[in-house]
Amino acid sequence: MEALSEFFAMGGYATYVWTAYGLALFGIGGILLISLKSWKAREREFTALRGPSRQ
Amino acid sequence: MHKYANPTRFMKIANTVMPWTTAIAVICFVIGLPVALYTSPPDYQQGDTVRIMYIHVPAAWLALMAYMVTAGGSAVFLIWRHTIAHVIARASAPVGAVFCALCLFTGMLWGKPMWGTPWVWDARLTSMLILLFLYLGYIALGDAFDDQERGDKAQAVLALVGSVNVPIIHFSVEWWNTLHQPSIVTMQGLTINAQMALPLLLMVGAFQCFYISVVVIRLRAELLSAKIRVARQNLAASGVPVAAE
Amino acid sequence: MTRKTRRLYFVALGLLAVAAGVGLMLSAVSDNVTFFASPSDLKTKSLTANQRLRLGGLVEEGSVARDGNTVKFIVTDTAERVNVSYAGILPDLFREGQGVVAEGHLAPDGVFVADDVLAKHDENYMPREVAEALKESGHWQEGGDPNAAPDIAVRETATP
Repeated sequence: MEALSEFFAMGGYATYVWTAYGLALFGIGGILLISLKSWKAREREFTALRGPSRQ
Repeated sequence: MHKYANPTRFMKIANTVMPWTTAIAVICFVIGLPVALYTSPPDYQQGDTVRIMYIHVPAAWLALMAYMVTAGGSAVFLIWRHTIAHVIARASAPVGAVFCALCLFTGMLWGKPMWGTPWVWDARLTSMLILLFLYLGYIALGDAFDDQERGDKAQAVLALVGSVNVPIIHFSVEWWNTLHQPSIVTMQGLTINAQMALPLLLMVGAFQCFYISVVVIRLRAELLSAKIRVARQNLAASGVPVAAE
Repeated sequence: MTRKTRRLYFVALGLLAVAAGVGLMLSAVSDNVTFFASPSDLKTKSLTANQRLRLGGLVEEGSVARDGNTVKFIVTDTAERVNVSYAGILPDLFREGQGVVAEGHLAPDGVFVADDVLAKHDENYMPREVAEALKESGHWQEGGDPNAAPDIAVRETATP
């Protein structure tokens, strides 16, 4: 338990260290989600566009 | 080289590479994060704030590398008119911008407790901020033109002109007195202890591989947009009414 | 010459022109790009009264003296030394033998009166045990690793 709270305390620099890692998670996750979403959306749009012309 | 200018051939390679880079990125993150946050030792001077470096430095390197991809792709596009090179340049820029911003913000979070200030206008910090503005300008320019061909060219020229900033960022800490410390990479190797180099290199591997995977996803989206444009034009030409974009 | 080679030369020349322009501009404003002056620079510089500037170097070992709220120390680049006086909060990293950048002005008596002090650290990172082992074995060099890039004092004097 003590080791755990020591880990989270980061030698007194908890705010700085954890904010930095939180920002990293936010940035990396954000760009990944945006990129995946726009790819999927365009795939749907493309199949929808191609669909009627094939019939 | 020109063989790979064919988008279909290029995407075939990109799609083969992508599962591997994704796997390596996941493995490096899974091993790297606990090493960076827990098992690696605190610095003798900076204590636990040194852990911010394992995000800050890989983000900085990636921001520079992504810009070199954007500038390189733009050069190939302007000289040889390979559209795929421009598409790669466009796919790379937003990812680079995110990591550039991450580098600046983590730098502030590191500078505040260690230097005593989150920001100074020294050569390194200022040139890195200019890199972020170049990225944002490049992205904004992509939608600014009605004439797509002119827009593409304007974007490519901006990326090329901005590339003079890359060596300035790199050498700023050697050419001028800066508050920012010099690079940990020297001719003699890394100036960083092996126990700290391990999490750093793991995070560099994770960031780089993540970048490749996301760029491939963005390439797919960009190429689909081009196909959608063509499909719309064909539909319009064949007289079938299409909903406006 | 094909159109492609012509475009190649055009792009290369264009880049060269931009690089030359930026290079000229930066060398013209080089004094402003430089973040701080070294103690040696301070001796050769002609300063107007109360001119604000930043002074950078290493905090000399054993020179830090506290007098109430005021801290006095010596900033050195190994060639020249400047007395600094500062009243305020020092950053966590402020230590003897460590890099420092002080912002303020040079008083007529030759003491640099700082109103802000920033700590500058070097590019060497290591665990505490390694640092202690290096110090014990005598392979320690203040302000930089002997095998790495020259320390900041050397860099300052070498830069024109």
